[in-house]
Amino acid sequence: MRIYFDHNATTPVDPAVIETITTCLAEAYGNASSVHHFGQRAKAMLDDARSSVAALIGAEPSEVVFTSGGTEADNFALRGVAEALEPTGRRHLIASGIEHEAVLTTLKALARRGWRVTLLPVDSSGLVRPDSLADALTDDTAIVSVMHANNEVGTIQPIAELAAVAHARGILFHSDAVQSVGKIPVDVGTLGVDLLSLSAHKFNGPKGAGALWIKRGTRVTALLTGGKHERNRRAGTENVPGIAGLGHAARLAHAKLATEAARVAPLRDRLESAILAGIPGTALNGARDPRVPNTTNISFDAVEAESLLIALDLEGVAVSTGSACSSGTLEPSHVLKAMGLPSPRTQNSIRFSLGAGNTEAEVNFVVSKLPGLVGKLRSLTGARARA
Amino acid sequence: MRVVAAMSGGVDSAVAAALLVRDGHDVVGLSMQLYDHSDREGGARFGSCCTIDDLHDARRVAARIGIPHYIVNFEREFAETVIADFVTEYAAGRTPIPCVHCNGDLKFATLVKRADGLGADFVATGHYARVDIDPVTGRYRLRRGADRAKDQSYFLFTLDQAQLSHAMFPVGDIDKAAVREQARALGLDVADKPDSHEICFVADGNHAAFLEGRGGMAGAGSIRDGAGRTVGSHEGVHRFTVGQRKGLGLSSPIPLYVVGIDAAANSVTVGPKEALERSTLTASRVNWIAGMAPEAGTRVTAQIRHRHREAAATIDPRPDRSVRATFDEPQSAVAPGQAVVFYSGDEVVGGGWID
Repeated sequence: MRIYFDHNATTPVDPAVIETITTCLAEAYGNASSVHHFGQRAKAMLDDARSSVAALIGAEPSEVVFTSGGTEADNFALRGVAEALEPTGRRHLIASGIEHEAVLTTLKALARRGWRVTLLPVDSSGLVRPDSLADALTDDTAIVSVMHANNEVGTIQPIAELAAVAHARGILFHSDAVQSVGKIPVDVGTLGVDLLSLSAHKFNGPKGAGALWIKRGTRVTALLTGGKHERNRRAGTENVPGIAGLGHAARLAHAKLATEAARVAPLRDRLESAILAGIPGTALNGARDPRVPNTTNISFDAVEAESLLIALDLEGVAVSTGSACSSGTLEPSHVLKAMGLPSPRTQNSIRFSLGAGNTEAEVNFVVSKLPGLVGKLRSLTGARARA
Repeated sequence: MRVVAAMSGGVDSAVAAALLVRDGHDVVGLSMQLYDHSDREGGARFGSCCTIDDLHDARRVAARIGIPHYIVNFEREFAETVIADFVTEYAAGRTPIPCVHCNGDLKFATLVKRADGLGADFVATGHYARVDIDPVTGRYRLRRGADRAKDQSYFLFTLDQAQLSHAMFPVGDIDKAAVREQARALGLDVADKPDSHEICFVADGNHAAFLEGRGGMAGAGSIRDGAGRTVGSHEGVHRFTVGQRKGLGLSSPIPLYVVGIDAAANSVTVGPKEALERSTLTASRVNWIAGMAPEAGTRVTAQIRHRHREAAATIDPRPDRSVRATFDEPQSAVAPGQAVVFYSGDEVVGGGWID
């Protein structure tokens, strides 16, 4: 038996989406820029997908630019705005300290080119305080980027409040919503942002497809230059099968947003409370609320998270120790560190992220296995098998 | 039975893992990440083993033979044990063997513990050595690999009975040619991968640059002859090993060798080849494989370097875990910091660190 509790890393592709993608690969192979029938068919698939994505986030289809995924969308937003606003004398960028590497590393790259970067602190529950943003804004700030939901702990940021603070000073606001779109309602109007990143494979769509939503009138310089694809904002022959898959996944997510959240949250809560109550020396990381319904991040005292992850995998249970993108590093989680957690807790935490298809039986299996695995690992720590 | 296969990315550990699978074991592949790989790819060259390419090779092998594979991060342990010892020893004018520490302090210590946590009783490596139980005493024995030319028992002399009880060396019974043949038969990409010879974490075999990069090395000093006269200068004692001839920068009618290193005086002593010969040596921090010292006067063969042809000797163990060995014939270049390993036939009796 294999149990998949790592949906924040990626999700299984919905069978209906697979069908759309394979049909597209087999039949709609035209270049969407071509004039003829084949091109028109491909173009129609792009248009459908654009409408579906726009509907999911409460946007206009013309504001949706397809990308290769969340990382490109984040790069596009930050580099694109920085380049567009550079001639106006702006030289400052702000983000939260718990952003995904796609944002943090991009900001480092811009810092090497002379941009000043301010990383906002978060409180112990993982939230950015609007007054700390207000304090960080300067006259030459170009853009503020704060993620909607955090990938490691699931905390949902007060984006509408934060965006209002930035807008009061005439500063653009971007949100990486890769971990919230498809899990909770995301409405660009309600959030009040100017740019928003999303990725298909986080909500049962394919990898290699995502989008940046750019509010009409926002100046963003293209990252990729070439043909006039995506209204001159993203050159390159479109990944029609991937985008069609994104569109279909967006429609499915939209339709079951409320029911799926109501189904997954109790499973997550059951898993969480069973671990916290049943295994001594465990603690929840991050705020219990507001949080995406599928994620829980728990520290296990005196357990190397790396070992627990492997032990769980050998039992058929897939979890992660944090962001899949930072696996293999010894660095404690920058998210947990920013939340002010002490160093053992930043290195012995496990993220469980549930999703479509997970069942109560699976939760029960994990709950039954964990105490034994944790006990075994704890019996070994400290006692170095060294002559 | 669940067995952890320590996979370095080389052909020996790949075939070791494959042989365990063939024998029906529940094999879990683990590769140790020993240093930080970030920002290095395409950048400065370092190391010849356990690099990102080696981890990639190990992953490919695991996929090919159908076992789960994980990379475990031992950066901290590696830095605290293997690298720290390497640096201190060179700074003290000695010539360390990091591989011994990597085996005894990482693979058959930390990794065994990890394996235990995963429900595995054994750690298997690709060493050319054998472990079995002495039918008379019931104790574990460590023996040379069947391929005498590739034998690596020298690097395993610190293993104690408890460690040996968790060790498996699946390629110890076969020779290198058979290992490569197996790898080819299994379609493993690493079948023809060259052996690694250098110290794995030192780029281009330049240990001096590695040590200097880490700081703490004494600077220039003098080179003296056997009578204590200064005959030249050197740029740090860590650049020298007893028995070394190259890189002295001296002109002399007869070939000169490093015969001694005095870190405290920051000096290197040189002399003719004859001055390198020693009939006795003492070693400390000795490990006797059987768990107890043999009697004084025990006849053994002794190996003072990995590539040294073993020489007949008589040993005199002392209660403080030291030993004195007297060779039948004088041996050249007994280098402090290297290991002396004693054998009875193909069985490792024990070994220690040369004073």
